[in-house]
Amino acid sequence: MIRFERVTVQYGRSGLALNDVSFFIRKGEFCFLTGHSGAGKTTALRLMHMAVRPTTGEVTVGAYSSSQIKPREVALLRRKVGFVFQDFRLLEDRTAAENVAFALEVTGAHQSVVRTKVGRLLAQVGLAHRSEAYPSELSGGERQRVAIARALANDPLVLLADEPTGNLDDEAKRGVFDLFRDINTLGTAVVMATHDHELVRAVPDAHIIELNQGFLVRDTAPEI
Amino acid sequence: MKYIVREALAAFRRAPLLTALSAAMIALSLFVVGLFGVAAYNVQQVVERIEERVEVVAYLRDGAPPDAIRLARAEIESFPEVAAVNYISKEEALEVANRELGELSAVLVDADVNPLPASFEISLRPGHRTPDVVAEVAERLSAYAFVEDVQFGQEWLDKIFVLRRIAGTASTVLGLAFAAVAALIIGAAVRMAIYARRDEIAIMRLVGATPGFIQGPFLLEGFLTGLLGGLLAAPATYGVYHLLSGAVVELQWVPGYWVVCGVVIGAVLGLIASALAVHRHLKGT
Repeated sequence: MIRFERVTVQYGRSGLALNDVSFFIRKGEFCFLTGHSGAGKTTALRLMHMAVRPTTGEVTVGAYSSSQIKPREVALLRRKVGFVFQDFRLLEDRTAAENVAFALEVTGAHQSVVRTKVGRLLAQVGLAHRSEAYPSELSGGERQRVAIARALANDPLVLLADEPTGNLDDEAKRGVFDLFRDINTLGTAVVMATHDHELVRAVPDAHIIELNQGFLVRDTAPEI
Repeated sequence: MKYIVREALAAFRRAPLLTALSAAMIALSLFVVGLFGVAAYNVQQVVERIEERVEVVAYLRDGAPPDAIRLARAEIESFPEVAAVNYISKEEALEVANRELGELSAVLVDADVNPLPASFEISLRPGHRTPDVVAEVAERLSAYAFVEDVQFGQEWLDKIFVLRRIAGTASTVLGLAFAAVAALIIGAAVRMAIYARRDEIAIMRLVGATPGFIQGPFLLEGFLTGLLGGLLAAPATYGVYHLLSGAVVELQWVPGYWVVCGVVIGAVLGLIASALAVHRHLKGT
């Protein structure tokens, strides 16, 4: 589903972010992108979201290829690739329900669909009772759950998460991580960038891609 | 479409101060354009009034046959440039001279013979009061055998023509300069609005909103802000006109369609400035 073929990313003067990296992530997988900070994890996620294009090589996500995708298609791709950040990125002047609804409204969903779906998504992430709360009234774990609900709004095939538990205490971290696993069980692939080994160990059958200073140093997927 | 309208209106609700500020900035710049418009309109009116006085006078030889004069008059009236032809007989000329010269007219009245010639006073249609056209009409009049002399105030006419050219050029240059300043201010106001909502735009891009969907509310917001600015500027301009007109100098208010045009221009400038600012923002992120 996601294929990196000899991908190199060069950022201006700051140097190589990824160097000749190739891997393949299958449908429905739970995949960890690991490595120290500066290893290239975030760049790899941004490539999957087509927010960055490879300097050389090719990234393919579903039917879209980095070398051919048009601006409008980038928007369509992103509906099928949810993204969750360490810092949540919620709109502070909107309630939890409005934050989730926003993702549906701006992709053209009908108002009746928005209402029923927002309720279902907030229930799925365990926040049905907090739908009218503003982000400033929510705990870190709750905010991340809202962000996850938003990322799931358009029924993505894959959920990308960049250190999603990095800002959370242990209890919230466990709760959010379990939520990712539940989502994966329902068939959505998860690609999680983390340097938290505890999380990686918690999923014995996960696909692990380890990067170090832009190089691929470990890929536990069977040979393609 | 419903979403775009709802979001554009919600933007006013969420950031009323920013919207009010943007509309006030647009109103202020359109107000300056409006004042300039009033000034330009009044200058134009003055020039037109002066121009209305442009006329060609053809003096006729004594003894010209009345039938020929009647025919000539009908012919001159049919010239496309001519608005009206007024025939002044010798007697009427003397009467006018008596009236206008007062005591000096004794010189004329005492004379046995009326020395004043009959004449045609020919006024021209608007748009034909240029030195070229006037000279051409004068030449055609000179061709009549019973026309002795043709006068049209060449120097005076040249001066009006220069005045009109200066007024026209100044109006265009200053009007464009004010409009450009207004557009820049509107652009800055919209950039401020976009900056205030950059997080929202980032999330829209994140979740897969198409560029059209992202731009839509901003374009409508810019249009509405421009419209609001225009609607505020019109009464403000009228207020200042009213104050000045009574106290300082007699002025005329601009025609209604100028006001409508001003408001529409405000809205269109708001739309264009939004489009440019959003486009640049989306390109840069």
